[in-house]
Amino acid sequence: MLTFAGTLVVLSPAVLVALFGISTLLRTTVGETVYSRCTAAAVSTGLAAAVWILVAMLLTDDRQVEVNLGDWVRIPAAAEHHAGEPPGSGAGVSPQISDEPHFHFTMKFMFDRLSIPFVIMTYVLCGVISAFASRYLHRDGGFQRFFLFLSFFLLGMILSSAAGTIETLFFGWELVGLSSALLVAFFHDRRGPVVNGLRVWSIYRLADAAFLIGAMSLHHLSGSGDFSGLAGQGVWPEGRVDVPQQSVLLVGCLFLFAAAGKSALVPFSGWLPRAMEGPTPSSAVFYGALSVHLGAFLLLRISPLLDRSPVLSGLVVMLGAVTCVFAAMAARVQSDIKSSLAFASLIQVSIIVMEIGLGFRYLPLVHIIGHACLRTLQLVRAPSLLKDYNSMINALGGVAEHRSAIEQSRYQRMYRFAMNRGNLDSILDEFVVRPFTAVLLWSDRMERRWTNWLSGENK
Amino acid sequence: MIQELHFPWLETGILLPLAGAGICACLTDSVRAQKVAIFVAGLTLLLAVGEWLDFSMVGSFEAHDHWDLAQRLTGRDNILVIDELSAPLPALSAMLFLLTILSTLRTKLDRFSMSLTLFSESIVLATLSCHDPWLLIVLLSLAVLPPWIELVRRGVSPRIFLIHMGAFIVLLVAGRLLLGDAASGGQASALSATLLTVAALLRAGVVPVHCWMTDLLENATFGTAILFLTPMTGAFAVMHLVLPVVPVWAIRSIAILSLITAVYSAGMALVQTDARRFFCYLFLSHSSLVLSGLELVNVIGMTGALCVWISVGLSLTGFGLTIRAVESRIGRISLDRFHGMYEHTPTLAGLFLLTGLASIGFPGTIGFVGMELLIEGCVEVYPLVGLSLVLASALNGISILRAWFRIFTGVPLQSSVSLKSQFAERFAVVLLALLILGGGLWPQPGVASRHHAAKSLMDLRHQRAGLAVKSASVVEHGDGTSNSETQP
Repeated sequence: MLTFAGTLVVLSPAVLVALFGISTLLRTTVGETVYSRCTAAAVSTGLAAAVWILVAMLLTDDRQVEVNLGDWVRIPAAAEHHAGEPPGSGAGVSPQISDEPHFHFTMKFMFDRLSIPFVIMTYVLCGVISAFASRYLHRDGGFQRFFLFLSFFLLGMILSSAAGTIETLFFGWELVGLSSALLVAFFHDRRGPVVNGLRVWSIYRLADAAFLIGAMSLHHLSGSGDFSGLAGQGVWPEGRVDVPQQSVLLVGCLFLFAAAGKSALVPFSGWLPRAMEGPTPSSAVFYGALSVHLGAFLLLRISPLLDRSPVLSGLVVMLGAVTCVFAAMAARVQSDIKSSLAFASLIQVSIIVMEIGLGFRYLPLVHIIGHACLRTLQLVRAPSLLKDYNSMINALGGVAEHRSAIEQSRYQRMYRFAMNRGNLDSILDEFVVRPFTAVLLWSDRMERRWTNWLSGENK
Repeated sequence: MIQELHFPWLETGILLPLAGAGICACLTDSVRAQKVAIFVAGLTLLLAVGEWLDFSMVGSFEAHDHWDLAQRLTGRDNILVIDELSAPLPALSAMLFLLTILSTLRTKLDRFSMSLTLFSESIVLATLSCHDPWLLIVLLSLAVLPPWIELVRRGVSPRIFLIHMGAFIVLLVAGRLLLGDAASGGQASALSATLLTVAALLRAGVVPVHCWMTDLLENATFGTAILFLTPMTGAFAVMHLVLPVVPVWAIRSIAILSLITAVYSAGMALVQTDARRFFCYLFLSHSSLVLSGLELVNVIGMTGALCVWISVGLSLTGFGLTIRAVESRIGRISLDRFHGMYEHTPTLAGLFLLTGLASIGFPGTIGFVGMELLIEGCVEVYPLVGLSLVLASALNGISILRAWFRIFTGVPLQSSVSLKSQFAERFAVVLLALLILGGGLWPQPGVASRHHAAKSLMDLRHQRAGLAVKSASVVEHGDGTSNSETQP
């Protein structure tokens, strides 16, 4: 029964994606109500199944339920020649096939103390946001498009949260990235959202590349892409990984890079306020609640690696601390509510990252859930904030005078630093993007000159 | 003794488009010529699919036609042969030709010659079934004719294309001539290997000899350029003419240069301001990934490369056809401004994104597993190579979304006529999209077939390498020298 419930958890958003995808591809004229109801049905089904698993786990005291849907791709092993062998040594010898799989992509899902809260939280918040958006975006030209992207996001989050293998986690991770970027650029007749969407996507792609390299390296080091294999004998969070120390640091740093990209930690924090260009419901669920915590989730999932390397844990704490100071400064000077909330989210996310680095496991999990719920509420109420603020001022009888204990000149410098968001985007642009594109543009010019000369034409 | 198919699929599939080309050349009405071309290309696709199914039923590594006409005419065995590697390629290529012909708008019929396209199809199908090295060289030379004729007809200089293709043919012929006895199973001399390697690099468009590709895409019709590039006959030629005979250093050189090309082209795609050049670099990056994977020495990596070959063929053709459809509405697409095409062609926008993401191996599409296998295989053998593959893929992903944003977003384009996509265009790209998604959600049959092909190819390579070591050993013993340095 638990296998059935686990399948249902994953299948319901997949069916939703298929329905909306086919409808979009065939350009059918499906009404808003159908979209909202389909989303509600998928969310309710998935949520009910997830709660069912939770109850069953609590009743049976089973701390880990695995749902193995079988091998999606399976290549049997062969006694093949390896790079170091001289090619002649195997001449005329046919490889022998054994039953042991050589490459397999298993569709395996794992419900444990980490994934179940995440799955339930995802369903609850996506359900709330879809109900909110069905009114907020009523008669908007992009209503169907929003729900299509939301369904991709939901599927991505569920796959990432419940992934039993690192490949499945990557599958979901990529879906979350794409849907995020497209929703940031939702109002695509304006230049700003589109430019910001592309920036978010660029950061995500680099983070994804680091994730993929880390996943492949881990696969080779541990001999398995399975999280249960990675965690050794114990279940989360008590697992112990059996990987050499230096390799742990390297692989861990790659995952930390990926988590920093996804959770907007320094130096990638610049994309978070830019992401607020999207519609409010998507900002709430993506950058206030779920997507922004996915980096922290990854760190929790690979916590056996952190336990193995104090240096890696120290790096995690340091990155969290730097991000926290930066976000706290930037949050104080933002002039619009969504940016302000974005940096407020970042403060909490960085504290969560620090907690993870310090070796806590359940505390960051509880922190994530509490923060996600609060931030979703704040973001969906953001449009009516002015009214709330005026009510508060009326109740207080005026605005309190602000006094700073810091010296005036230093205060101004800090203010400029915070106002410019630490110049993080400018630094990345100046020292990474510009030299890179300058070389490429120079190559392009040289190529054009070369082809012009060869063709004898002057274009 | 190789197995025989139940019908002369290969020869019929080659002769039919050739006959169609002749008929189309006689027709003065371009609309009628297109109808004939669609009919012929459709029939050719059916034959190619029939050949693939028949080959699957035969269950052997290689098979030749029933009543083998080529054998009767020339008196030589196994000229046109289908094998595990090439089995799906004629069907894939035939489909690409059909969809390109089908999605050509009437306004473009005067520029896009149906007879030359069908002639190209015939040559491509013959190339993909040819196992005779000299005939393969002839076919590769003939394939140069249609784009060249088109460039001349359009009044643009074909010099760059001709210089590169001419050099390719000359080097290939010289390299094969110098091979001598090595052609029958041994390894080439240093000079011959160098000539063949440079020929391979030229045809594959590897940096720095890739400029003919940008030139072709900029100056020929988009359809002709797509059909010259996406069947990847260059990679096929490298597999059959170069890799089996050149020594390890030459294979490694091709692999390293291919990899540099993959990363360089991915970067170049990012800074392009013209959609055709952008497509060119994107294709170059992907085809180089395939080429670098084909030179890997493990089965997993090669399986990945063969899977990516199919996925890139499908996805980048779909991608190219979508750009072509947009181009036929607004002219040459500049990527330094926003065109706002989404409101006019939402289906094309969706398909552009889908095919583009499929080419980089996005989850759920046909390229995902292939790319995973390719990276996995690379990391196992050369970890740094694996990193470069991931970097190239990341850069390609960024450039695809950038192009999508530039073409489809922005203030909606004001037009006095409808710019909606036509049924034939939608059909072509939707069919490709279904194949991309179908292959992505149910990848096992495709991967198993490519894995089997990769395994057989590795066996063949090891057998040939064994023969080479043995013959080298015999020669050196004959000279009275030690064979202690004969290990490659």
